Amino acid sequence: MLANQIGYYSLIIGLFFSFFLFVVSIKDFNNLNKKINQNVFILSFLQLMFVVISFLSLILSFINSDFSNETVFNNSHTTKPLFYKVSGTWGNHEGSLLLWLLVLTLFIFLFLIKSRAQPKKYRILTVLFQQIIITGFFLFVLMTSNPFNYLFPIPQEGLGLNPILQDPALAIHPPILYLGYVGSSIIFSASLAAVTQNYISKEWSQHIKKWVLISWIFLSIGIMLGSIWAYYELGWGGFWFWDPVENVSLMPWLTLTALLHCILVLERRTLLTSWVVILSITTFTLSMCGTFLVRSGILNSVHTFANDPARGIFILVFLFVLIFLSLGIFFIFHKENNKDLNSFFWLSKETSILVNNWFMMYFLSVVLIGTVYPIFLDVLSTEKISVGPPFYHKLIAPFLAPFLLFMAFGPKLKWIKSKIENKNSIIVLFVISIVLTFGIIKNLSVNVLFYTVLITAAFFLFFTTLKELFVKKSNNISQGIAHFGFSLFILSILFNSILSSEIITNIKIGEKYNYNKSEIFFEKIEKKKESNYSSIIGYFKITDKNGKVTQLKPEMRAYNQPIIVTSEADIKTTLLEDKFLVMNLVKGDEYFNIRYQVKPFMLWIWISVLLISLGGSMSLFKKKYEK
Amino acid sequence: MYGKKVKLRFLFLVLILLSVILSVFLILQSLKNNVIYFQSPSEIKSLIELNKKKLRVGGMVKEKSIFINSNEINFIITDFKNEINVTYSGAVPNLFAEGKGVVAEGFLKDRNYFSATKILAKHDENYMPPEVKEAIGDK
Repeated sequence: MLANQIGYYSLIIGLFFSFFLFVVSIKDFNNLNKKINQNVFILSFLQLMFVVISFLSLILSFINSDFSNETVFNNSHTTKPLFYKVSGTWGNHEGSLLLWLLVLTLFIFLFLIKSRAQPKKYRILTVLFQQIIITGFFLFVLMTSNPFNYLFPIPQEGLGLNPILQDPALAIHPPILYLGYVGSSIIFSASLAAVTQNYISKEWSQHIKKWVLISWIFLSIGIMLGSIWAYYELGWGGFWFWDPVENVSLMPWLTLTALLHCILVLERRTLLTSWVVILSITTFTLSMCGTFLVRSGILNSVHTFANDPARGIFILVFLFVLIFLSLGIFFIFHKENNKDLNSFFWLSKETSILVNNWFMMYFLSVVLIGTVYPIFLDVLSTEKISVGPPFYHKLIAPFLAPFLLFMAFGPKLKWIKSKIENKNSIIVLFVISIVLTFGIIKNLSVNVLFYTVLITAAFFLFFTTLKELFVKKSNNISQGIAHFGFSLFILSILFNSILSSEIITNIKIGEKYNYNKSEIFFEKIEKKKESNYSSIIGYFKITDKNGKVTQLKPEMRAYNQPIIVTSEADIKTTLLEDKFLVMNLVKGDEYFNIRYQVKPFMLWIWISVLLISLGGSMSLFKKKYEK
Repeated sequence: MYGKKVKLRFLFLVLILLSVILSVFLILQSLKNNVIYFQSPSEIKSLIELNKKKLRVGGMVKEKSIFINSNEINFIITDFKNEINVTYSGAVPNLFAEGKGVVAEGFLKDRNYFSATKILAKHDENYMPPEVKEAIGDK
């Protein structure tokens, strides 16, 4: 009860600090003093503290199961384990917006501390732009999604958290993803500030690169966590469904990746300045669009916590204000500053990075159209359509092969003007890749030409980056690791999709199911009771064609609050393959519907994403030990 | 003569424009072939012509309509005006049950029989396909 009051009033006080910050920074803007007024730091810190207090009090309400709070009532239950009581704080609409706000205020404070070497006017403007976003979110939370709404009479018991959200991967997925999403807000504010100050330069790019890297790393890991969760919790055995809610997180990732590469160009040469600004604006806009689509109830999914049109309209209006503001600033203030354009040669690192950007923009437009087109059609006509995975595969896969080849060549090139060196070693690696691919492909029944081209390109990148890492002792290890990780990622996905096998059948207890020399034996079931659910555990013995026996124990859980049945897949993970079994009771207690899958190289998909992020993290720390 | 800078910029613009046109064309082409339409049992009943394209049927699973054997699941999707029989052999999602909303993806055999290749998981206990919501709202 008390926590409720404290949380609510802290939010209002936090909003007032936004106004104070506007006043103080605008006053300080024309002050000739070289340092920023100390008050800006203090106000920014206090604002952060009040949001932290508000967030902590919400967590406290969740821990204490204080059902006088409407958010707690809607999303928690006394029998829920403590860990999920805490993670339930951001497992709902109101709480997750409070988390957005927390990260927004945290990042601007960190920005202030970390940017002391930058010009004062640029820093103040960044604070101002960021405060516009923060004010918008404060108003959004307070007006449409207050997490501290009061309930009377106080209910005895809460409604509980959707059980499929009660999961460790999903407990940390939102905070990590938000660090990525919200990180792009700093890039947005900073690039707008830099445009107005005509400060898009080499120095600026060195400083903003860290922020780009940080949000890129968090976004990559955040997407991966969501994907791991979908893999084992949704029971499809896949990790990416091209579902609109997944796509909206992929889109900012694509622009952020493009931006990351552009910043590298800008770090060396004053080129592509407008493009960098456009990418910064786009990335944040896409993050906001993602929030809008997911939160407004337009996309129906587990992420859609509530269908309140007022929220959708608020975000939409806010989004348009930000877009018009940023584009206005861009067109009024931006001056072409491409000093180095005269010495532009076609075969150079710059051009290869431009090529990377073209590919990224193509992938982005595919995903964007596939996601948005059905929504528009639904609004404009009564037709309801969905765009499935074949659309994305057909459009993305053919362009992946040249993309991978460019990824192998690009980093070898020098800045400004370059020649192709080591022609022999390139040819040798290419021949190895082709032979290896062909050796693997000919034993499989797949489209030979298509997969040979694709896998050869992936292997070529794999070997090239491997050689760079170990033989040449390349000085750009971070890039090497990230690109190597990407080749591993594509290889794992390709082999995973080619070699996966699946058996779906309905089976009774005690029955055996035979297929190509393998056997699934349904031994027995066992019942178990926990505080928040009761479960049926199935015991399965699977004998593969080599006679190896694997025991798998999938589970069906009936949660008491809310009353919902979930299937928990049992997965045996090894370095080479995952064995995946999920069962479902359809009706009565006779037949169980089971899905058994053998999925090769699943583990390597996650490892490669971690490698890609590791590459990013190394680049983040590189500057420090070079000095 | 134009300067090198102008020429280069012109070349750039042409290249970008070309690639944009090409990719938009590609995307729209494959969008045409790969969209899956969503229809209610009533809409299927009133179809003039049956085509062989994949589609989705949404509605509620009729009470007492699920029958299961070792390799198939049969059930009826209803929007409370019309019904359609569905046969399916595959994995069913958690929330598949009588009296709950369902979306089945597959092919029409005729106006009364639908052969499903996928049953979609809608992970929300209160989920109801939009058509059904409208149909119930009409009453």
